[in-house]
Amino acid sequence: MIRVNIRQKRFGMVPVLGPLAFDIAAGETVALTGPSGIGKTTLLRLVAGIDPVFDGQIDRPDHQAIVFQEPTLLPWRCALDNLMLVHSGLPRADAETALGAVGLCGKGSLFPGQLSLGQQRRLSLARAFAGRPEFLIMDEPFVSLDAETADAMLSLTEELIAQHQPATLFVTHSMTEAERLADRVLELKTGPDGAVLA
Amino acid sequence: MRDTQITPLLSIACLVVLWIVAAFLTADPQILPQPWDLLPRFRQELASGDLQRNLGVTLLRVMWAFALAMVLGSVIGLSMGRSVAINRWLDPWLVIFLNLPALVLIVLCYLWIGLTEAAAITAVTLNKIPNVATILREGGRALNPDLDAMAQVYRLPWRTRLRHVILPQLAPFIAAAARSGLSLIWKIVLVVEFLGRSSGVGFQIHLYFQLFDVAMVLVYAFSFIAVMLLVEWLVLQPWERQVRSWRTA
Repeated sequence: MIRVNIRQKRFGMVPVLGPLAFDIAAGETVALTGPSGIGKTTLLRLVAGIDPVFDGQIDRPDHQAIVFQEPTLLPWRCALDNLMLVHSGLPRADAETALGAVGLCGKGSLFPGQLSLGQQRRLSLARAFAGRPEFLIMDEPFVSLDAETADAMLSLTEELIAQHQPATLFVTHSMTEAERLADRVLELKTGPDGAVLA
Repeated sequence: MRDTQITPLLSIACLVVLWIVAAFLTADPQILPQPWDLLPRFRQELASGDLQRNLGVTLLRVMWAFALAMVLGSVIGLSMGRSVAINRWLDPWLVIFLNLPALVLIVLCYLWIGLTEAAAITAVTLNKIPNVATILREGGRALNPDLDAMAQVYRLPWRTRLRHVILPQLAPFIAAAARSGLSLIWKIVLVVEFLGRSSGVGFQIHLYFQLFDVAMVLVYAFSFIAVMLLVEWLVLQPWERQVRSWRTA
């Protein structure tokens, strides 16, 4: 269970997030929507523990994974190393299976720069699921992909979430993505002291 | 032979031709001897063992100063690049040390520490640290925050983070600092030896300067340049090629 209780998040004197609280149950997928610039990514960074400076409390499991807007891979390591370095105890065979699950079978020795953007996104997904996370965070993971690739990625993510059952929080601007992936949709709207849940 | 191999050789050959012409026009071997006039003197120094001994002493000083300057300069530069507060505190120091003439630091180290090996290496190290710190500060500023966040979320141990996330990003900056560092350090080491040591290439150059023996000054200078070129070709360039291999894959 992930418990989020934020009283306030400020950047300097500017309030960004107002009081907001929500839970995500194990195996539940929650979409976070809202207009651009309202603070969705900021909220995601707080929930992921990347930004620890805020007023409030967030309970999250130790075993979490993240998929950023950009693939955020280690460009100097091959695809297989990108999985095995991040998950230090991951056997090579499991890493290869994880690559195969996202359609990157036989691409383990390639550097990220040798893969297309769609393949890099798949590798980023493989990295997230290879560690069997209890909590998965995704920040607009299908943005800037062509419609066909985005649809294929969405289906793949659906399959992987169904298979691994992590608690998932993901940011999206697309209601189609939210409806396909999420059990519940949270919308951020402007409040008197920063963004709050609608 | 490929163009990439021929061009540097041709370039060096042009330099030698220029030297021959200049020596011919000067027409005074005491001012500028012909390149072939250096060979007997070179063989003589080699046979006596003086050349190897002095080259070894200087090389050891260069390596010590280089290692210390790279480690300390990298730590300082990286801290400055990562922390605005540390940068605010140390930036004025950096500007002062960058503009402090090498000679002043060398003289002060000899005066404060004495005419010792420690003073010599300290003087060279202090001269180089600001340069390394400046380059690595830029490296620290250029680190990708998303990779940092990724490492944080996946809870990578600090060793893994340093080795596989941070150092590869810093590699071009470390290579630039190492390359400029090595060329600067050996020149400063020679000055340090010239002023206050009784061994090394700098000391020998000082000795032959007093004897107005241009040929021997050139023998020692070229011998050490040759050693540094070997270091560049056998150590620095292969290392740089290795760390950049993923870019060309």
